[in-house]
Amino acid sequence: MTSSETGIKGCPSRLAPPDAPNTSDPAPFVRKVGPQSRLTLSVRGAKCGACLSRIEGAVTALPGVASARLNLSNGRLDAAWTGDLTAQRISAAVNDLGYGTAPLDTGSADQAHKKEEQSLLLAMGVAGFATANIMLLSVSVWGGAGEMGEATRQGLHAVSGLIALPTLLFSGQPFFRSGWNVLKRRRTNMDVPISLALILAFSVSVAETIRGGEHAYFDAACMLLFFLLIGRFLDARVRRQAYSAARGLAALSSRTVTRLACDGTSQSLRAQDIRRGDRILLAPGERAVVDMKIESGESEVDESLVTGESLPRFSAPGMSLMAGAINLSQPLIGRATAASADSLLADIARMLEAGEQKRSTYRRIADKAVSLYVPVVHSVALLTFLGWLLAGRDMREAILIAVSTLIITCPCALALAAPVVQVVAAGRLFRGGVYLKSGDALERIAACDHVIFDKTGTLTLGTPRLISEQLSPADLAVAAQLGRASRHPLSRALTAAAGPGPVATGVKEFPGLGLEGNVDGVTCRLGSAVWTGAGAVAHSGASLFLARGSDTLVEIRFEDDIQPEAAQAIAQLRRLGLGVEIVSGDRPGAVAAVAAKLGIETWMASASPHDKVRRLTELEAGGKRVLMIGDGLNDAGALALAHASAAPGGALDVSQSAADAVYAAGLAPLPLLVHTARRARAAMLQNFAFAAAYNFVAVPVAIIGYATPLVAAIAMSGSSLIVCLNAIRLNLNSEKPA
Amino acid sequence: MSGLVFLIPIALLMGLTGLAAFIWAVRSGQFDDPDGAAHRILISPDTPLGEP
Repeated sequence: MTSSETGIKGCPSRLAPPDAPNTSDPAPFVRKVGPQSRLTLSVRGAKCGACLSRIEGAVTALPGVASARLNLSNGRLDAAWTGDLTAQRISAAVNDLGYGTAPLDTGSADQAHKKEEQSLLLAMGVAGFATANIMLLSVSVWGGAGEMGEATRQGLHAVSGLIALPTLLFSGQPFFRSGWNVLKRRRTNMDVPISLALILAFSVSVAETIRGGEHAYFDAACMLLFFLLIGRFLDARVRRQAYSAARGLAALSSRTVTRLACDGTSQSLRAQDIRRGDRILLAPGERAVVDMKIESGESEVDESLVTGESLPRFSAPGMSLMAGAINLSQPLIGRATAASADSLLADIARMLEAGEQKRSTYRRIADKAVSLYVPVVHSVALLTFLGWLLAGRDMREAILIAVSTLIITCPCALALAAPVVQVVAAGRLFRGGVYLKSGDALERIAACDHVIFDKTGTLTLGTPRLISEQLSPADLAVAAQLGRASRHPLSRALTAAAGPGPVATGVKEFPGLGLEGNVDGVTCRLGSAVWTGAGAVAHSGASLFLARGSDTLVEIRFEDDIQPEAAQAIAQLRRLGLGVEIVSGDRPGAVAAVAAKLGIETWMASASPHDKVRRLTELEAGGKRVLMIGDGLNDAGALALAHASAAPGGALDVSQSAADAVYAAGLAPLPLLVHTARRARAAMLQNFAFAAAYNFVAVPVAIIGYATPLVAAIAMSGSSLIVCLNAIRLNLNSEKPA
Repeated sequence: MSGLVFLIPIALLMGLTGLAAFIWAVRSGQFDDPDGAAHRILISPDTPLGEP
């Protein structure tokens, strides 16, 4: 499949909408490695195999490109080339296919996350190998009980020990290290009892082997390690995916800026290198990365991502422009009024950070279970030891029984209970069009009892549509002739309704006012009410007026359409017991209209990003757990701060990285998200309840001294299996939400 | 019982071979892009068979 084969923009499988091209120059992000130049781009919208071959094919076809490889899992394109190919052409080649790109600084934190996951995977592999091989030997010991000679048994135990020692030293490190670290701070966590059980089980088994005893727990120690590492690895994987998505924010602020020197020459710089007072050129289609004051040029500016206002704003010299705004029509030259670290974008990034910190204080169900579990198990093991000692058994036997208690209570099921449910639920949601960003998001989403929607782009499609039914075809044709010459969203809506056709001659665009041009020899104007002399407007949405020569004015009305499944999705959310409310940055009229159509009583308009956050804290103070749904830059702070949040797939990267979940177009996946989250939480609680019940049975057995290695092996693998099967039940029972 | 002297090392060797293969796979990045790998298998080259 080649790129020239189809004119399709974006993902051919329609798994993601086409993205706007990136107009900034990625040149400052090129790394030189010997004679080769390398560049890493974050590609948005690539979701399927066809995307993979189209993008790699297009980049490889450029002259001098040695390799181009797209990682579909994290959306990164690594390209290496020699010669004088510019980075801009690589990014343009991807943009031309309808994918968005942003240059990435390949940071060290990124490598650290990858390393952690890899080392856990290796540790898991080694533990798995050891478990399988020791089990092979153990089964023969158990099977041969009574018939096997003592020397053979001792030999098999010795071989098991020789396999177990390097395994513990290698694969046990994550637990030993973390356990030791918290012990040094005089605290305790799950890793302390785990490390203790591992070390004790191994030492006791070594002593028993040397003594020629009947029971050695090498298999139990390795199996324990293996199961725990599976849970740990799944957890790390979910976290790395979340981190990799959060990198979108960094990619956004790493866009480059064109700075104009005093002599008028332009220079491409990274956003963080912009200082206050620099002169900046903002080309049409480009996004401002710092707050600036316009010095020359007049243009329409799309601030929908900053303010939520769906219609473009007119900008002229002397007016200020906020970071995040997109220039639509004419080039603008401005002066930076803040360094990028002080601009609105950075302000929002700080709000995100505040949210992240608040999130990190969230105590997961698993953590709560562990804090109950640790002291109980330790005291039980200690009491067992003392009890048998008092009952007159010798030291060796008392220690053996206490250790077997520690092993059998070790939290295999507990360690798997949450991660496995998370992975299964995430997989189910993914098939339903929801991409989950963090594992504990499920627990938080499940607890929510109130939803706040943003309007523009979330409840509505975010693009205006022509709604004037009484408009005559002749008038529409004339208006479309003018409209085809402009990139203004209303002009686009007009041409979309009229279809292809001729363009008026001599069209002039007056930013903020409208268009003037010659249609069939008559001078026509298409624009705002004031400019065309129409006076007041009654319509709540946007409208344009068409003036043909001296004829009467014709009003053309537009409306931002509500998402097709919005009403149904909101009804379902209500049935799930959630309160619904709209908080938007748009004008009150537009918000009221949407609220009325969807039957939502509570709404708030003209809300700034800070207002949204305030409303959120207000609700949370009232005891509500809020699920925030939004797509814009103005929602990012609220998304990060809410108890849980979701953003549509078409949302800005910042919002997507601030949200816990990203869902495909339409609102239909939202009830599924809430429903699945609740079922996942139920499954987790069931798993913990099962783990507790298991201990109620296993602990007495161990205390009275019947927990032989065979019993331990069956109990541990059996309980882990049951917990996993219970998690998979989420998939089997695929009933639709109410 | 003397068979064990051969059989156990053979079993361990086989296990170690598998472990070595797994370690190689992790180190060489075979698990870096599971989604991409699943799709790459379906991509057919544009060149006719027999040509690189």
